[in-house]
Amino acid sequence: MSVVAADVSKWAVRNVSFELPPGSVTAMVGANGSGKSTLLNVLAGHLPPSSGHASIAGRVAYVPQHKPMYRSFKVADVLQFGRRMNEVWDERRADEWLTRFKVPRRLQVEDLSGGQRTHVTLALALGSRPDVLLLDEPLAELDPLARHKVMRELLTEVNDNGMTLVFSTHVVAEIGGVADRLLLLSNGRLLVDGDTDELLEQHVLYTGPHASKSPVEGPVVLAKHGRSQSSYLVRSGGVRVDEPWTARYVTLEELVVAHLERAA
Amino acid sequence: MVEFHVDRGSGYPPYLQIGQQVREALRLGWLQPGDRLPTVRDVVATSGVNANTVLKAYRELELAGLVEARQGSGTFVKASLGSAAPEDLDPLREGLAKWVAEARSAGLEDEDIYALVREVLSGGAQ
Repeated sequence: MSVVAADVSKWAVRNVSFELPPGSVTAMVGANGSGKSTLLNVLAGHLPPSSGHASIAGRVAYVPQHKPMYRSFKVADVLQFGRRMNEVWDERRADEWLTRFKVPRRLQVEDLSGGQRTHVTLALALGSRPDVLLLDEPLAELDPLARHKVMRELLTEVNDNGMTLVFSTHVVAEIGGVADRLLLLSNGRLLVDGDTDELLEQHVLYTGPHASKSPVEGPVVLAKHGRSQSSYLVRSGGVRVDEPWTARYVTLEELVVAHLERAA
Repeated sequence: MVEFHVDRGSGYPPYLQIGQQVREALRLGWLQPGDRLPTVRDVVATSGVNANTVLKAYRELELAGLVEARQGSGTFVKASLGSAAPEDLDPLREGLAKWVAEARSAGLEDEDIYALVREVLSGGAQ
């Protein structure tokens, strides 16, 4: 069963196809211009796909990267706007989010810091009780402590309300244990689509003497050769290797960088 | 109550990190048979990991026969790990702490210490 299904082409995004189950947390990763925002806009229904389809079961909330809000609105006005514009509205949920992150209700949007604007848009999005929440770079304007806290609170919302979360990010080092699904985009194509734990268990880096061939079976993601050494990142599923080769698992960040280097 | 710490940047899958921490708590006697593991919601709220990650960790521990899920009341420790009694562990811990302090003052880093411990455990370099 899936709650998000897409098979989309739009501008640079070509034939990107995936399905996400309800209650899943998906990190969309890719360089600038790789098509993340276009894809999120199509999923949110803000842009029609040029071909293919995108469908989401239930209510969707989408927070774009530039966080559009009326600059002259006070924070309290933004909440009232949310109450009037949404058929389903949970004032308490929105209000609690603002209280939790200590956002003053009387300030105008234009006087808020980037981090506070993030909190207001998240409060607005959560207040609409979405089944699927789409966030474009939600953590970009937050300090490291706030990033951790926001993620923790979002995951609690996912757990308590069965919400499905899709977010784009540059900071791959922060998605371990947070996202159970990784979508890696490059130049509008989907390079990797997989369960983050399984990806970590599949990819192994083998290092040994200079060799023109991988020491193990399996698809080679990236091979590097120095003067006397070679290393192969292989989707081997954890196959062991004989001396003098050594094997180790890689981090999500190394895995992402290797796939991007290979595609470049 | 045990609290889990997940290293997000690690190449070791987060659900296995949680499993390892439970096993360590069992070995050190911090968790005993009958103790309840933190609820999934508590772990999500305190450690900031995905609920699916916690469920997966608990399921793996259940398959290993270490814990059991009781419908509606949580996940409980079923078996203990390690054979040492807590009163035997204490003097050993003290001795080890003294040794680690010595190693550090000799300039060893954590990785050097692990390598040395592994080497001695495997009976190498005799």
